[in-house]
Amino acid sequence: MDGLTFAVQLLNGVQYGLVLFLVASGLTLVFGILGVINLAHGAFYMLGAYLAYWIAAMTGSFWAALLGSVGISFVLGLALENVFIKRMYGRDHLAQVLLSFGMILVIDEIRQILFGKDVHSVAPPAWLSGSIKLTDVLSYPVYRLALCGFCLVMAIAIFYVIQRTRIGMVIRAGAENREMTRSLGIPFDTVNRFVFASGIALAALGGAVVAPVSTVFPGMGDSMLILSFVVVVLGGIGSVSGAAIGALLIGLTDTFGKVFFPQISSILIYVLMAGILLWRPNGILGKREV
Amino acid sequence: MTSKLQKLFVPLALLFAAIALPLLVPTYYVQLASKMLLMGMLAMALNLVVGFGGLVSMCHAAFFGLAGYVLALTSPEGQAASVWLSLPITMAVCGVAAAIIGGLSLRTKGVYFIMVTLAFGEMLFYLFHDTKIGGGSDGMYIYFKPEVMLGKWQLIDLDKVSTFYFVTLLCVLLTIWLLRTLVNAPFGHALAAARDNERRSISLGFPVFTVRLLAFVISGILAGVAGYFSAAQFGFVAPQLLGWHLSATVLVMVVLGGMRSVTGPLIGAAVIIGLEEVLKSSTEHWKLIYGLIVIFIVFALPGGVQQLSSMIFGRKADAPKPGTDVWKGARSMQEVANV
Repeated sequence: MDGLTFAVQLLNGVQYGLVLFLVASGLTLVFGILGVINLAHGAFYMLGAYLAYWIAAMTGSFWAALLGSVGISFVLGLALENVFIKRMYGRDHLAQVLLSFGMILVIDEIRQILFGKDVHSVAPPAWLSGSIKLTDVLSYPVYRLALCGFCLVMAIAIFYVIQRTRIGMVIRAGAENREMTRSLGIPFDTVNRFVFASGIALAALGGAVVAPVSTVFPGMGDSMLILSFVVVVLGGIGSVSGAAIGALLIGLTDTFGKVFFPQISSILIYVLMAGILLWRPNGILGKREV
Repeated sequence: MTSKLQKLFVPLALLFAAIALPLLVPTYYVQLASKMLLMGMLAMALNLVVGFGGLVSMCHAAFFGLAGYVLALTSPEGQAASVWLSLPITMAVCGVAAAIIGGLSLRTKGVYFIMVTLAFGEMLFYLFHDTKIGGGSDGMYIYFKPEVMLGKWQLIDLDKVSTFYFVTLLCVLLTIWLLRTLVNAPFGHALAAARDNERRSISLGFPVFTVRLLAFVISGILAGVAGYFSAAQFGFVAPQLLGWHLSATVLVMVVLGGMRSVTGPLIGAAVIIGLEEVLKSSTEHWKLIYGLIVIFIVFALPGGVQQLSSMIFGRKADAPKPGTDVWKGARSMQEVANV
């Protein structure tokens, strides 16, 4: 493998990792702050992609699709938190698993009714649809580069909100000690609703931004859910920086695995997970026992 | 004595009904009953880990499906596999897989355990989905049901629907007996003690990890036996059998049937399979209704059907008397996992 091919694969791996981070950070936020394990996270990723396809087909605008998909998912998240999720705080994980499994079945079927089960594609905006010619046979799509940049900006924004803003401070305080935060007069119910909806919106955003690179298909949520879990397990539950490390590790392992060991590439990330579990059962940055 | 007789009456009546079933209903329903029994066996196996061990495993479908693949791969070309050979191999493979996955997963706790078992289950799914070992995503056919021979003489003919049904019934009865014995043995008490208070169990010197791993392996092997017969029944295996949607469905069966009893999940399985059957035949979008029912169960029936029956027949029916066996009676799901 020459240097250029290596660089291209490296970029692919990083890009994959960054998208994974976007989706997994939503999952880890919801778990870290609300204590709720949400198996339906992948379903919202899938829904985000389908919504983007649907809006793009109607309006012809990629940006409208992106905004619309995230907006609808955010509102859906607010509603679901209000109806279902808030009754799950403090209940055991088994109940949460079953609730979110039920939600997956419902979301899948609604997707089936609204959009069918066909595979779709979404066109990137015109000025991002070209590709950069590297050699005679090798070129790199501009959209992938833009995707990298976009996810990086989003990652920085997530860190900024959590570490530097007032709402982030409330969120961190709530994750640390829920009762104390509430007794200090923080309207925690509102914060919870906001966090859950943001988590869902991040999943949908992930689905919408990858729609032009990969295709939009019914099973896309399932594989993303499993990958997000692996990322969260690797990084440590509730840790956003852990999710970033885990996501990049998975992205690179998967991409280079496909290049070097195509036969067993799909198994490789689980081998990585097994290794990390042997080394640090609570994840790379995990500290407390959950 | 009368109370003992009364206690035995319902199970015995059910058993007689189960034995008489092939004489009473058309073949299709006998096949459906076999399916219910095998899913019930899988659910009971899972409940050893979930209900009695307090460990929410999301990879039991992987053992169930793996067993089917082992049967398909050990069947010689154009011939039936011998039960005497293929069943022990299946049990061994599932046992080893459960020991490896359990050994790694049990290093984690709570929600990590859920995620890790889910991920390892999916690993087995991708192993069969992406590689050519078992025909990739198309799956494999098992053209002949395994033979049960004694020398040259055919002992049991699994091709006969009613015979197959009786074999599954026997498997279920053996599973109930085995799980009852385990749960009431010191092993079962140690497993439950670790579920109720892990720190105390460790400080009392219980080998918590070993006990849990053993429960996980036994449960994996039983799930494998159920998967073996299920694959034999349908003559076909596909990667979807290993997928986590089946694992989650079996968890629904466990919760619906009741986690604190050995036979509860069997009832849960019968209800869910029956429900699926009715919904599938009545509407195209059956999953929508099915999903809503699952959500309803979580909110309204955390104690499963036992809670329902005690709501209908009054509290006496299932409320545990003080001083009786801790396993009996419906306790809410909340109590189970908050420990």
